[in-house]
Amino acid sequence: MEIIAIILGGVLINNFVFMQYLGLCPFVGVSRQLETALGMSGAVIFVMTMASAVTSVLEIYVLAPLGLGYLRTIAYILVIASFVQLVELFMKKAAPGLYKALGIYLPLITTNCAVLGVTMLNVRHSYGVLMSTLNGLAGALGWSLAIIIFAGIRERWRLMDIPKTLEGFPLALVSTGLMSLAFLGFQNLFKAVFR
Amino acid sequence: MKRSVFYDFTKGFIEENPTFRLVIGMCPTLAVTTSVVNGFWMGLSVIFVLVFANVFVSLLRKVTPDEIRLPVFVILIATPVVIVELVMKAYLPAMYEILGIFVPLIVVNCIIIARAEAFAFKQPVLNSLADGLGIGAGYTLNLILISGIREFLGTGQITIGSFRFPATPFFEPAAVMLTPPGGFICLGLLMAILNVLLARRERKTKAQAV
Repeated sequence: MEIIAIILGGVLINNFVFMQYLGLCPFVGVSRQLETALGMSGAVIFVMTMASAVTSVLEIYVLAPLGLGYLRTIAYILVIASFVQLVELFMKKAAPGLYKALGIYLPLITTNCAVLGVTMLNVRHSYGVLMSTLNGLAGALGWSLAIIIFAGIRERWRLMDIPKTLEGFPLALVSTGLMSLAFLGFQNLFKAVFR
Repeated sequence: MKRSVFYDFTKGFIEENPTFRLVIGMCPTLAVTTSVVNGFWMGLSVIFVLVFANVFVSLLRKVTPDEIRLPVFVILIATPVVIVELVMKAYLPAMYEILGIFVPLIVVNCIIIARAEAFAFKQPVLNSLADGLGIGAGYTLNLILISGIREFLGTGQITIGSFRFPATPFFEPAAVMLTPPGGFICLGLLMAILNVLLARRERKTKAQAV
């Protein structure tokens, strides 16, 4: 039951982009084309799931027993940075085209606040290792869903006549707002399904 | 070319305004701006971290090899964030609860790492200090502006401590402004307005030149 709750919650109800304002920079930055959005999603899913798993192990078996809670931020960011490095090396070898397309945004996953955010949320909810990993996966899936939908919308902008002042970021934010309004509708999903 | 320290301070307000011109550091901009007080404390924390990180990155810029500069930046940024976190937890526990995960998330606020990379790593200490103060202050002003608009429209009044303005709301508050969609749309429209103003100013200077 809790597993379903975490997955549904991460993907739809507490969607990182629309409900928690996490990971907005890459969300706006990489969503110009569907293809780069897909590549970024893959990278984020991998990094976020692994980072959640490793940081929760670190938290439960190292930081908490030794009372080193104040080192959490530094320890987590180092774990995330090394995972990003790993993904970067892998992509450079396996998918050089995608690697070029993602450009600066790949190392920027380190500063994607969704990744550090989900690990911090895991600590706040005091999830175990399994639940943390699941939460990371669900959050990443939700983020990917958001960016893929949004990239689809942005691809259509090219065919449209957009007022000059709204071009780029202003319109991106307003359309994100409208999508977020739609996702607000999922807030009562739980009550509807489980009652 | 010698850059003036004063210019490095003032450019953060308009020309290189982090939210509206550089469009970085969006997540906290939207997440904490549901009330003016939250925006103010968040801004203050960012100023502290930014100045600390900028000064130390600048001090260490000659001994840091290029290849490992990012890990060095991350450590130099994470340290002041932990300081802010602990101080806030001790003296402002209520605010610490409200800002929640967005305090530790200052570590990954792109503003700070962007300034370290683009500015402090190449400039002398005093300029970096001015840059940190200026960009931080510009950011704080943005947060206060956005949170002011959202709090006013969302609750009908602006509350700072026990001070309320206006004392009783004179219109039906639109609670949607406090929710995520309201935040996105508010910031988007603000940016559009700023674009209109800048375009108008540009036209004016062009007309004068002719």
